[in-house]
Amino acid sequence: NEGKELSKEEKQRLRKQKKQQKKQKERKNEKSETEKEKTPVSLLPPPRPVATQKAPSALPAPASAPIPVPASAPFHSSPAPSPADKPAKSKAELKAERRARQETDRAAKQPGSSSSGIKTKVPLSELNPVVKRLPEHVQVDDPAVVKRLAKKLERQQIPLRSDYGYKVSLFSHLHQYSRKAPLTQQLSIPSTVIHPSIVRLGLQYSQGIVAGSNARSVALLHAFKQVIRDYTTPPNEELSRDLVNKLKPYISFLNQCRPLSASMGNAIKYIKKEISNIPSQCKEEEAKTKLLTCIDRYIEEKIVLAAKAISKYAIEKISDGDVILVYGCSSLVNNILCEAFEKSRKFRVIVVDSRPRLEGREALRRLVQRGISCTYVLISALSYILPEVSKVFLGAHALLANGYVMSRVGTSQIALVARTFNVPVLVCCETYKFCEKVQTDSFVSNELDDPDDLMVTRKGKTQLENWQDVSSLGLLNLVYDVTPPDFVDLVITDLGMIPCTSVPVVLRVKNLDQ
Amino acid sequence: MNLMKLVEYFRTQVRQDPEVPSAVAAIRTLLEFLKRDQTGETILGLRENLTQTIRRLEEADSSVAVSSGGELFLRFISLTSLEHPDLSQCKKVMVERGELFLKKISLSRSKVAKLCHTFIKDGAKILTHSSSRVVLKVLESAAADKKRFTVYVTESQPDSAGRQMADKLQNLNIPVTVVLDAAVGYIMEKVDLVIVGAEGVVESGGIINKIGTYQLAVCSKAHNKPFYVVAESFKFVRLYPLNQQDVPERFKYKADTLKAVEDLAEEHPMIDYTPPSLITLLFTDLGVLTPSAVSDELIKLYL
Repeated sequence: NEGKELSKEEKQRLRKQKKQQKKQKERKNEKSETEKEKTPVSLLPPPRPVATQKAPSALPAPASAPIPVPASAPFHSSPAPSPADKPAKSKAELKAERRARQETDRAAKQPGSSSSGIKTKVPLSELNPVVKRLPEHVQVDDPAVVKRLAKKLERQQIPLRSDYGYKVSLFSHLHQYSRKAPLTQQLSIPSTVIHPSIVRLGLQYSQGIVAGSNARSVALLHAFKQVIRDYTTPPNEELSRDLVNKLKPYISFLNQCRPLSASMGNAIKYIKKEISNIPSQCKEEEAKTKLLTCIDRYIEEKIVLAAKAISKYAIEKISDGDVILVYGCSSLVNNILCEAFEKSRKFRVIVVDSRPRLEGREALRRLVQRGISCTYVLISALSYILPEVSKVFLGAHALLANGYVMSRVGTSQIALVARTFNVPVLVCCETYKFCEKVQTDSFVSNELDDPDDLMVTRKGKTQLENWQDVSSLGLLNLVYDVTPPDFVDLVITDLGMIPCTSVPVVLRVKNLDQ
Repeated sequence: MNLMKLVEYFRTQVRQDPEVPSAVAAIRTLLEFLKRDQTGETILGLRENLTQTIRRLEEADSSVAVSSGGELFLRFISLTSLEHPDLSQCKKVMVERGELFLKKISLSRSKVAKLCHTFIKDGAKILTHSSSRVVLKVLESAAADKKRFTVYVTESQPDSAGRQMADKLQNLNIPVTVVLDAAVGYIMEKVDLVIVGAEGVVESGGIINKIGTYQLAVCSKAHNKPFYVVAESFKFVRLYPLNQQDVPERFKYKADTLKAVEDLAEEHPMIDYTPPSLITLLFTDLGVLTPSAVSDELIKLYL
């Protein structure tokens, strides 16, 4: 197959070129009539003379026969031919065309690079790679970004979820969805674009059935395993390329149901890397089994074994007679406490809980079942209970590159008050949750949960029932907050015990390993 | 080689050369053990013997330095054994590298002194705690650099080690005053900087040193005076204490006390832990480090 003669980099470049051409095509169509004269003119003349010169030298393997084709082939034709058009031209001709266009564009780009704005999707490899884009989910108040997202979702045939209710102005740049309007209501059943296990997963996320960083990542990986099992490579396509493209709409869909967590992001990155590293000679069955074992190994290594390693280190820090404070329900911290109890350490636990999620009740249930003596308080009683506490164990949703800990809202409050009382704060986190993001406050990037959760019914009366009618009232239901590293004494990871400021070192060591 | 003979060897080392750091003496002893060991058949067996020897040495001298030196040697052995699976060849390589390592670390004190003495300005008043050979070397090189400074040394009970330090400084013609341990807060406003040694540097960047160091650090923080620590890199140890209580018992008391006394709660601890938030800079042979960089170095060393 001719596709295999081109190396991986060249194929990637061709794909980027295809995307870029598509964008240029859209931009061209959007511009007004006055502009119409300019852009086609600017696009056409440079390519034609250059193409005939460059094309012979640019083509590596395919035969010389396709050379006259680019010159005569209409540049107005859609640069991304749909599968129906593909048989019309031979693959080699199309590739030659793309190659030629890429060369000319690169030539045209040199002087014009300053004109491309920060937000355009220009292939970064050809420009100075310092330009970074803000993620779309923190730019909800910018209509241009929202429009772009809507278009992207339309292309992927995924419904767009609309925001609900009045948003507090400080957080108006974030999405706020209602749980009563799940995304799946707008989908047709059966959905042709999205795999049913992904639909199920999205529903589980948006309704809060699957919650917690580890649980979400594991559910995601299992759903992807099902997707891979049911996948068949279409003809004329390569598994390594096509499967990644198939996963993109699923990821957008899950993102719409509930914004992806850092751990899920890292898992997806890993899967995409594994898929694209499948050699093209690999048979489909072999490739699929390989991917399934990779995913199993990832779950085993990064989550299950990491939890065991972290328990081993953490148990050293639990001494007899300790009073340990935990917040909310972290699967890792519960695991550690159960293991320590099994190793006959004598300690008691204080579970701190907060509305509206009341996750502490789940943690309380799990610990009491094992026989650990527990106390339960709400977060407002924190400074009352802290003089009794000897250590605080916290879970983390993600560890950011500047040492900040992103965790359930309320965690930074606990760390702050514990620091004031000189109680050591220990954060337990697996290394797969470390991410390259940097954040110094909880406003920049967060998640807004359903504001209706804050309504509570007592004695038959629901006070905030008509909160939408009061124009100046906004309900804020934050999900995450960031804790600065000065409040954290120790981070226990599967690599060992490190101070909070050493997170970038671990990230660097991890990147070296890969 | 008999374990008793090893401990004797270790003690002779320390007696013959009082300047040698105890970690270096420990490593030298272990190297000697390696050279003389005939019984080991496998690398695992060798490791077992070494671990036993280290434990025996720790019983003889319970300082953190011996523990860290031993652990460093063990890690160094494990790395070498990975490269050369054959035992006899492995041993030869280990002995060679061990000698090289010893030579390098005997120079570490002078490296530290060279880095630190530039921080002592002319006319400076320095406060130090108890008797540290590294601090002595630093002050020596500063004096050799024709700098004029005065030193205040805390008496450091219960063994009055501070007085020995004062004698040594007087021999170098440096003006020195001995102050009571309780007078640290009183004297703090007069001094410009505080320099202390360390028995061990822990993963968080804090230090383990003679009892009284923590007080000194808290006082200097309250007065905004820089608190400098001078330590060689072989003192980096894989501990992570959260507070004073979290320091393992085997380091807190002298070896004889650990063996003789039943109820340790009645005994006086010999060391305390100073958290990294109170330390300004650490001077090591790896360079001038901030407390958070210590963890970087440890990760590089051990992972």
